[in-house]
Amino acid sequence: MTEKYNMPDERGHFGPYGGIFVAETLMPPIQELNEAYQRYLADPVFIAELDADLKYYVGRPSPLYHAERWSRELGGAQIYLKREDLNHTGSHKINNTVGQALLAKRMGKTRIIAETGAGQHGVATATIAARLGLECVVYMGAVDVARQSLNVYRMKLLGATVVAVESGSKTLKDALNEALRDWVTNVDNTFYIIGTVAGPHPYPAMVRDFQSIIGREAKEQCLEATGRLPDALVACVGGGSNAIGLFYPFIEDKSVKMYGVEAAGDGVSTGRHSAPLCAGRPGVLHGNRTYLMCDDDGEIIETHSISAGLDYPGVGPEHAWLKDTGRANYVNITDTEALEGFYALTRMEGIIPALESSHAMAYTMKLAPTMRKDETIIINLSGRGDKDMQTMAKREGIEL
Amino acid sequence: MSRLAARFEALAKAGRKALIPFVTAGDPRPDFTVPLMHEMVKAGVDVIELGVPFSDPMADGPVIQRASERALAHKMSLRRTLETAIEFRKTDQDTPIVLMGYLNPIEAMGYEAFANAAQRADIDGVLTVDLPPEEGLECSALLKARGIDPIFLLAPNSTDERVKKMDAAGSGYIYYVSLKGVTGAGHLNTADVEHKLQQIRANTNLPIAIGFGVKDAVTAKTIANIGDGVVIGSALINKIEDNLDDLDLAKQEIITLLASIRQALNS
Repeated sequence: MTEKYNMPDERGHFGPYGGIFVAETLMPPIQELNEAYQRYLADPVFIAELDADLKYYVGRPSPLYHAERWSRELGGAQIYLKREDLNHTGSHKINNTVGQALLAKRMGKTRIIAETGAGQHGVATATIAARLGLECVVYMGAVDVARQSLNVYRMKLLGATVVAVESGSKTLKDALNEALRDWVTNVDNTFYIIGTVAGPHPYPAMVRDFQSIIGREAKEQCLEATGRLPDALVACVGGGSNAIGLFYPFIEDKSVKMYGVEAAGDGVSTGRHSAPLCAGRPGVLHGNRTYLMCDDDGEIIETHSISAGLDYPGVGPEHAWLKDTGRANYVNITDTEALEGFYALTRMEGIIPALESSHAMAYTMKLAPTMRKDETIIINLSGRGDKDMQTMAKREGIEL
Repeated sequence: MSRLAARFEALAKAGRKALIPFVTAGDPRPDFTVPLMHEMVKAGVDVIELGVPFSDPMADGPVIQRASERALAHKMSLRRTLETAIEFRKTDQDTPIVLMGYLNPIEAMGYEAFANAAQRADIDGVLTVDLPPEEGLECSALLKARGIDPIFLLAPNSTDERVKKMDAAGSGYIYYVSLKGVTGAGHLNTADVEHKLQQIRANTNLPIAIGFGVKDAVTAKTIANIGDGVVIGSALINKIEDNLDDLDLAKQEIITLLASIRQALNS
């Protein structure tokens, strides 16, 4: 059964979620961005340029890899990995930065800013800025600067200025606040490349559209490999860009179950987690209404996750809608479980996943054994684990 | 007529400009705010903007961010900010109070519960930084029904169309953000403000208060003369931050600065 899905509405609403909740100075640039985006989305020259960049610069299509040994070991469904880790710069983030940077260039913007958590989006932004010769400033929480120092170095090497944000909890949400403050100050020449499906409209829809290449390819590749649609999709959810990128092209295929995996940190019951869909409440932050981690007074509470990329108190508004409508299921995985997923994929398949993606691996270890051997799961392997080597070595008591 | 409308009308009649201080409720301690508000009234302010602390003040510069952090460290909240206003009202029934903050605390309380609570606290206006009229009509209607003015922002890049939108959606006054940037920024250009005000005036009859980047009596006077009033925030909060170990001195320095601005505005 197929039912037409055409979210968001014209004002960026996914049901009660999404929208445009920003200070007045940002209304004109957001309107300008929305108009430019709608225009270029329908421009075959723009689309051809984007497709060429995705093919020759990013290295798409990324393979859909059948993890046969791991599937056998788990004894259930056949597991396929969508290898976004093999993209240039090592994660799915580049799909979006290539698109937004092309848009920035068309709009005549000379300066690019971005926020980053794990540093993958920052690296992907710095990369494309270097290629296009644009000035690039990346905001990163001071805590994340410390735990993702490799990526900080990569960004600097690429010519970006990395600003360590010392306010609030010094993580991704504070980096976003600071990037918004920069944008409001430099609206005339600056394009803000948001890395996830959050922010004010049109960002959630635009980032989704750029990331949905993941799901479009996966669908085609799955049909080719198995002759049918997958039975389940699994992806980690911080802001939710890799998950929506995989899910979106399957939304109307009702037989395909979707699992978004949030970071449970020390466990949802401890309060030390980053799982707003599983344990938060609707509210407004960073330009949109969505599920948030906040207290009864509406103050945002600090989040916790072993993975910097999932350490965010909000989530894309489309995920909030998919949760409420029941189209997607949102589950959570603790730090400890994520580490099991990390080691399992590394040892079983010789692929070292990012700690973010390891959450999706860990959930698959629970899901696959409950499914039949002729059923199929596609996991979005959204990033590679190179950036996490220091974190992992430190956990094992090894000095690199 | 609302207390704000009456206040601006009286000021216009007297040929005076409104002096509007902004302070964050509960900064640096909950018991500091009400006495400070009374002292500010004595120093000649016309309207008080009371900041509701928020964990993620995206439109604010570092000074007001830190004010929020200090207040939140004492568990200040929207609910306790309303209690602060009630406390102030016990001995001052004349000075209009405008709550200024971000949407999420209001979302958490619920729009209707908030509107009722604001009415009980005898609040005169509500300015929600991240709630443009496109998303804010439900909340504004609830406030207006209770005689509370929803106050909206305009910015240097606002078009005629948006000025008209604010004119239709807002009441009390319009807060003109004098520069592209965050609160307390240092690049205020008075010629630009003057030029922009002509465009705004052509599209609204609401009084216009101008804020962001006003630091001293000279700028305040220039800015106030262009609009109907001037908002001063970060410069006051700096006095708190500079004197955290001597809050009496902090209060005194705030009052001295406001008195000098009042004098400049009147001269």
